Amino acid sequence: MKVIKIDKNIWAGGIDSLRSGYRLFGPVMQGDAHEYKELTSDETPDMAYTNTRLSPKSVVFPQSEPMFTYSLDENNPEHHILKDAPKDYSPRAVIGMRPCDAKALSLVRMNFDTEEYRDPFWMNSYDATTFVGLACDSPCETCFCTSAGCGPYHEEGFDVLLSDCGDAYEAKALTEKGEKLLAAAGWTAEGDASVFEPKKAEAEAKIVCKVESSNLRGKNSLDLYDAPFWKELSFACINCGTCTYACPTCWCFDIQDENKGTEGVRMRNWDSCMTSLFTLHGSGHNPRDQKHQRFRQRFMHKLKYFVDKYDKGLMCVGCGRCVQQCPANIDIRTICNKMNGYEAAS
Amino acid sequence: MESYIGKIKEISERLLNDGTVECVVGFRKGTVALTNEPCMITKASDVQDLVWDENCRLNLANYLTGRKEKIAVIAKGCDSRNIVNHIIENKISREQLVIIGVPCKGMVDKNNPEVLQANCATCLHRNPVIYDELCADLVEEQKEVDRYEDVRKIEAMETQDKWAFFEDLLTGCTRCYACKNACPLCYCPTCFVDESQPQWIGKGTDPIDIRTYHFLRAYHCAGRCTDCGACEAACPQNIKMRHFTKKLEKDCNELYGWEAGLTVDQRPPLDSFKVDDPDKFIM
Ligand code: SF4
Ligand code: SF4
Ligand code: SF4
Ligand code: SF4
Ligand code: SF4
Repeated sequence: MKVIKIDKNIWAGGIDSLRSGYRLFGPVMQGDAHEYKELTSDETPDMAYTNTRLSPKSVVFPQSEPMFTYSLDENNPEHHILKDAPKDYSPRAVIGMRPCDAKALSLVRMNFDTEEYRDPFWMNSYDATTFVGLACDSPCETCFCTSAGCGPYHEEGFDVLLSDCGDAYEAKALTEKGEKLLAAAGWTAEGDASVFEPKKAEAEAKIVCKVESSNLRGKNSLDLYDAPFWKELSFACINCGTCTYACPTCWCFDIQDENKGTEGVRMRNWDSCMTSLFTLHGSGHNPRDQKHQRFRQRFMHKLKYFVDKYDKGLMCVGCGRCVQQCPANIDIRTICNKMNGYEAAS
Repeated sequence: MESYIGKIKEISERLLNDGTVECVVGFRKGTVALTNEPCMITKASDVQDLVWDENCRLNLANYLTGRKEKIAVIAKGCDSRNIVNHIIENKISREQLVIIGVPCKGMVDKNNPEVLQANCATCLHRNPVIYDELCADLVEEQKEVDRYEDVRKIEAMETQDKWAFFEDLLTGCTRCYACKNACPLCYCPTCFVDESQPQWIGKGTDPIDIRTYHFLRAYHCAGRCTDCGACEAACPQNIKMRHFTKKLEKDCNELYGWEAGLTVDQRPPLDSFKVDDPDKFIM
């Protein structure tokens, strides 16, 4: 694969060149933390960030997304017919994304792009996007990506991977889309492919936090489901949306119609299995009406059901967001270790 | 406050051993810096897990709602006031509880441990208002704190500036509802935000819906909020939603001379009627 060297003094100019062909997204300081947002013409991505509070999943999967519009006005000949909501699927690029977040989108894709179903909103956005990654040379202390099938130089899901080498970035083009973006930015100087391996080893060594998950695949789902620890582990949990909204791999959404007068929009909004409404049936019955049942769902989905269904490892990339942000200090690392080590009494 | 823990463990162990309570609700050491995890201890041998320090921000009254067993609960000043609310609102009975009072010296800000959490800096009720056991001597209450300086600043703003202030305040809210779920007052089985017949507000990220959520929630806390700060401490986006509840707290104080959660012997002004209740604010 081609490696290009981008001197930092031509970085901003290259970003400017990209603006005419791409809608650019990147990390910028918003209030007291970095978040991904669409860059205005005078904004450049802040490449000195550690990680963003919310993941970049919103670039392809916004928290609230209009899917269809409709009219309830019976004088309108097309009343009650769903029409595609206006969309912009012109090329976009995310600049400076972390490897865990790109891997997360690849995992989410398994759910949105199957043989049976192809989610058009997610897939159209995903296909329209060029993902430019920034390898992590200084991971946070809550990161456990190397135990979650990922790592600070992981390439999965990226079109380009950048490594910060002081005065310059070394940019590895991983796909044709990536080569196209580098060319569009006017970055053409030949780079040095040999920097990646040693930097990768150095960065991986900095990730000291390890989680054990190797036994999960072999466990019996019902044993884990019936394990005696769920009530105790979930005691502190307040069933908020913090962990699932921050998580790059959580993909659940809820569909809502919002009307104003006779005109309406069918929206989808992020949902969270931690809330009791998530499984409330029209009949009033709720199969997960207790806290520990909802709590169990989140961890069983990420660490067992997904593992069994796809055989592609955990549905967690070890980004540490839920660990850092949970108001009640529920820590997926502790829970994963506990599940991995659990032996049901025979 | 770390020195309190010996006594807390001793009391907890005794209560569990002699069968006075079935469990103790407290905190155990967190896995990340500046955080502890609420926990429930049921075996006397596990009281060693309990901790107490300046990072016990969540309000433990929130973990008592609707429970049936006999519980010992570790309560700092604000927790004890929310326990009073819970008793008045029939969310737990006094007889079920053994309250282990903590004379509190304030929690530290989760983002800056050098300073007290904002509500603690102006707290007037550090000592528990109701308790059965105490883990230390009562502390001196803070005097000469100006509780409502920030509220007055906002009250004095021009309408446009107020609007801009609130708009800025709520930027970044994802409606994760950590604030209401951390709040002991927010125990409704179905919150108005989740009602669908009728649907009071939209469920997405429209700023109007976000504002409506915050305004209405604050009103539901009027005359009940103890300014414990659990809502702000829980918010992953560091949104200062106490600006809303504090204004209502100030109004209740000025209109009715009322402070929430100080006594189980008096009905709160907003759930009782008196002929001479002030009504100037009714339009
Ligand atoms: S685990 Fe934490 S962040 Fe997730 S729902 Fe429970 S309290 Fe909220
Ligand atoms: S579960 Fe937590 S650590 Fe894993 S990907 Fe989601 S937010 Fe990151
Ligand atoms: S953990 Fe819960 S919210 Fe996340 S994807 Fe699974 S079911 Fe959905
Ligand atoms: S906790 Fe914060 S982000 Fe979540 S709903 Fe409340 S104010 Fe919004
Ligand atoms: S609204 Fe906030 S400050 Fe008031 S009682 Fe609830 S959690 Fe505490």
